[in-house]
Amino acid sequence: MPRVVVNVMPKPEILDPQGKAVTGALKRLGFDGFTVRQGKRFEIEVDGEVTPEVLERIGEAAEKLLANTVIESFDVVAD
Amino acid sequence: MARIGVVTFPGSLDDHDAQRAVRLTGSEPVPLWHGSDSVEGVDAIILPGGFSYGDYLRCGAIAKFSPVMGTVIDAAKKGMPVLGICNGFQLLCESHLLEGAMIRNVDQHFICRDERLRVETVDTTWTCAFTKGEEITITLKNGEGNYQATPETLKKLEDNDQVVFRYLDNPNGSANDIAGITNARGNVVGLMPHPEHNVEDLTSPSLDGRKFFESLLQFISARV
Repeated sequence: MPRVVVNVMPKPEILDPQGKAVTGALKRLGFDGFTVRQGKRFEIEVDGEVTPEVLERIGEAAEKLLANTVIESFDVVAD
Repeated sequence: MARIGVVTFPGSLDDHDAQRAVRLTGSEPVPLWHGSDSVEGVDAIILPGGFSYGDYLRCGAIAKFSPVMGTVIDAAKKGMPVLGICNGFQLLCESHLLEGAMIRNVDQHFICRDERLRVETVDTTWTCAFTKGEEITITLKNGEGNYQATPETLKKLEDNDQVVFRYLDNPNGSANDIAGITNARGNVVGLMPHPEHNVEDLTSPSLDGRKFFESLLQFISARV
């Protein structure tokens, strides 16, 4: 079944406490020089073809529910 | 007697405490249900604390689309007094009745403690019985209480006197030490601390929560 992925990330100017904690944990494990920001990935299975209209519709869904655009940004990718 | 609705969502925790606080401060609590679009003709609405819909996706993000919230949002826009406590505050932000959003506490900890706050404005339906600058103690308990907004939004809130409560000792990284805000009209107030836990001697560090409910009654009696 065709799949579309929505990636949601905290906006760069918003502090990401989870990403910061993961960064700290990696450093303690010896993985130096990596800075992590943590987001969410939504995999959406689509009935039928992934048309530009479907991608636009999924963009609307992301805007309305999947992301809070006050603190997060998102992108929509056909998988 | 004023009738104050308290909404129960799947995962609400403090709905019964809020109802009890309403009763102890001389009003009639009216239980409201997330799945109904009726608010039973109440005089004011409380969105209580807890973890509505399991906090899935984001705190308050799914509750926003429940049938009752459609009615609450319409009523709030017409001036209905609405108080959002903790998860209720997160829900008001998700519903765009209040500006900004909450993220994880800056040190990732769930914080549960008696929190000192300063009342910054008494020009709201839920704070008119306080004195401006009054310092109060209200119970705080949350993991995602870190209030954030764009610099423009923060400036607007400060300039329009819409910051209602500020932390004296910021526990969670909130921008400008903000613990609670209001909308431009002053009828919708949201805060992370829990005034419904501060209404009786036996279980509370203070009785400062009572004034939230006294404020509402003062507002309602002045209006009629």
